[in-house]
Amino acid sequence: MASSPATLLLSPGGRASQPSLPLASHGLRLAPLNLPRTPKKMESCCSGNSAKVIAYYGLTTPPYELNALEPYMSKRTLELHWERHHREHVESLNKQLRNSSLYGYTMLELIKVTYNNGNPLPEFNNAAEVWNHDFFWESMHPDGGKLPWGGLLQQIEKDFGSYSNFKDEFMHSALGLFGSGWVWLILKREEKRLAVMKTSNAICPLVFDDIPILALDLWEHAYYLDYKDDRETYIRNFINHLVCWHSATVRIVRAEAFVNLGEPKIPVA
Amino acid sequence: MALGFLTAKTLGLGFRARGAAPALGLGFGQSRSLHTVELPDLPYDYAALEPTISAEIMQLHHQKHHQAYVNNYNTAQEQLEEALNKGDVSKVVHLQSAIKFNGGGHINHSIFWQNLKPSKEGGGDPPHGALGWAVDQDFRSLEVLIQKMNAEGAALQGSGWVWLALDKESKKLRVETTANQDPLVTKGANFVPLLGIDVWEHAYYLQYKNVKPDYLKNIWTVINWKYASQVYENEVV
Ligand SMILES: [Fe+2]
Ligand SMILES: [Fe+2]
Repeated sequence: MASSPATLLLSPGGRASQPSLPLASHGLRLAPLNLPRTPKKMESCCSGNSAKVIAYYGLTTPPYELNALEPYMSKRTLELHWERHHREHVESLNKQLRNSSLYGYTMLELIKVTYNNGNPLPEFNNAAEVWNHDFFWESMHPDGGKLPWGGLLQQIEKDFGSYSNFKDEFMHSALGLFGSGWVWLILKREEKRLAVMKTSNAICPLVFDDIPILALDLWEHAYYLDYKDDRETYIRNFINHLVCWHSATVRIVRAEAFVNLGEPKIPVA
Repeated sequence: MALGFLTAKTLGLGFRARGAAPALGLGFGQSRSLHTVELPDLPYDYAALEPTISAEIMQLHHQKHHQAYVNNYNTAQEQLEEALNKGDVSKVVHLQSAIKFNGGGHINHSIFWQNLKPSKEGGGDPPHGALGWAVDQDFRSLEVLIQKMNAEGAALQGSGWVWLALDKESKKLRVETTANQDPLVTKGANFVPLLGIDVWEHAYYLQYKNVKPDYLKNIWTVINWKYASQVYENEVV
């Protein structure tokens, strides 16, 4: 796996040297799916001339302005959701890891290890929520919605019967979630097919070794200011106006490196 | 049926006390063969708990959220009845989660409304008498109990409830949490809810946003200890 944070060196500019993430055509930063993520925020330890570097996980900025998703998701909601909720998870996680034997794991390793086969360690919620929210921001786009295309659309038609069947199943699953959680479009690694999955609280499909393609946050904080108790309209607007099929396409193309989907062939994005 | 574990004695008290509902405290109607439930009235105005809880929150919480639990529970019951009549066992089993969630939502919110009271009508006044003694004995002081409930409520992941429970058998008080809309009884058949605090985000988000600890800190100014005392005395004495 990747180098552990403790072994990272500071580049002359004082920033961590790390491989740049691939950019999608319209500038989306892509969350590495099966690649371990390198912690971003660096802080040098101030004890004398020690070269020891302490690395923490960082808060990733959504790939659009905070008002860019209006009117479907307000600037106020994103300010709170990203700058408060997401940030709190990052900060709480870093605090938890400060004196923890879990220090130095990549994010994906950390999520899997702390899930602990269904008996989560205290760090799990924060780790998974940091990752989930990153993934969620990049599952949306100001020019989102519309229809998936190309190989992804064919895969959806193959696995759900039609795009509208997929949409129905996504809505139905999201509306049927009891309490806080997430609904996902995933690629099931073993079955080699797309599926809709809902998870409670912070749980994400990574812990079941499935490959996430899209995420929708169904905690009330994600929609309450904009939609109040009307979860249904929130979900419908996500699917019709916000979902970023471009991200989904890139994610499934990358997933193809690990899962052979056979026909239909999905062209490189 | 699924809610039969609730004794009218436990819950009916508060409802009878305000003279609104008959002996069946949760509003179980008996006119139909199905025991449908109804949304109880609030024993105060929506704005009566301000500034601790805004009128907007109270109205949405009662008219939308609680009403949805009531409607969905009644629907699930009808479907259950149908499945039972048909002997469709897998459907019967499938319906259990909706019944637990929506029935629990109805039970929990019915208690929650009784647990609140406007400050000027005595909300926030500490418990006296038997419950006051019991709190001091089991938690050292009311402040310690409040701190414990606030800490457990703040730490609760996702949606749920934090409870002050009476263990009927040992006669001891204890703090419990339940996830989502699980009613307290899922933690033990002996547990009687004296006080339940809703820590779903819908209970505070419009006003307190991400600062759940402030909601928990403030809610004690509108807690109806008189109701909790009545339930306690009813069980213990
Ligand atoms: Fe969230
Ligand atoms: Fe509630």
